[in-house]
Amino acid sequence: MKAWTSIAASTAVLVCLGALPAHALDAGQSVPDIDLPGATVAPRLAALKGKVVYVDFWASWCGPCRQSFPWMNDMQQKYGAQGLQIVAVNVDAKRADADQFLTEVPARFALAFDPKGDVAKRVGVKAMPTALVVGADGRIVRVHQGFREQDRAELEALLVAALSSAKAQP
Amino acid sequence: MKRLALVACAVVLALLAGCSLFKPPQPWEKGQLARPEMTMSADPLDERFGQHIYSSKESASGGYGVGGGGCGCN
Repeated sequence: MKAWTSIAASTAVLVCLGALPAHALDAGQSVPDIDLPGATVAPRLAALKGKVVYVDFWASWCGPCRQSFPWMNDMQQKYGAQGLQIVAVNVDAKRADADQFLTEVPARFALAFDPKGDVAKRVGVKAMPTALVVGADGRIVRVHQGFREQDRAELEALLVAALSSAKAQP
Repeated sequence: MKRLALVACAVVLALLAGCSLFKPPQPWEKGQLARPEMTMSADPLDERFGQHIYSSKESASGGYGVGGGGCGCN
């Protein structure tokens, strides 16, 4: 009888623990080698080491994501030659939604597709869109949530700073 | 009687733990919730006026659908 109760109690505790969310990544940490499913530029993040990488999590139903695309196009065009790589990870459950979005808002940077949200879970995405700015040394410079027009200048300055510090220590 | 109480306790614990299995959708899973049909109001402009009045009176905003993309920061 006693054993049965303790089994039930420990099962309950285990179930509670299992329901806890995964720990989110934060600035200053070194980035784990996350998968970039379907990305033409690199299959995993580690393959992009030495570049400043801007990993953006987006979905077709997310308004601010739509605003961020022209900005990301600009940044890729402006700083691509200096070693910036933008990878936008789509988290739409249906690929057709993403494709429809991409015909309306063209993307001139790398794309990856994560329909099950495995990568988003690993990173601990708390808002849509979420962007990781990863320095050339593989450390996370910033985890940026959301995208507003007034964020443009700040984020660009962040990318420029990351690029110049990457140049300083090759 | 004591036995019965213990069993009841265990059952209640298990039931409570069961509730924790129903997790709210993650930020990247809000595709369905972000659809226009999921908002309470039919007219976006009307909704916007309403929300403007609400946020100026309550000095708080949000909690209405996922208009900003479920971002909580727009």
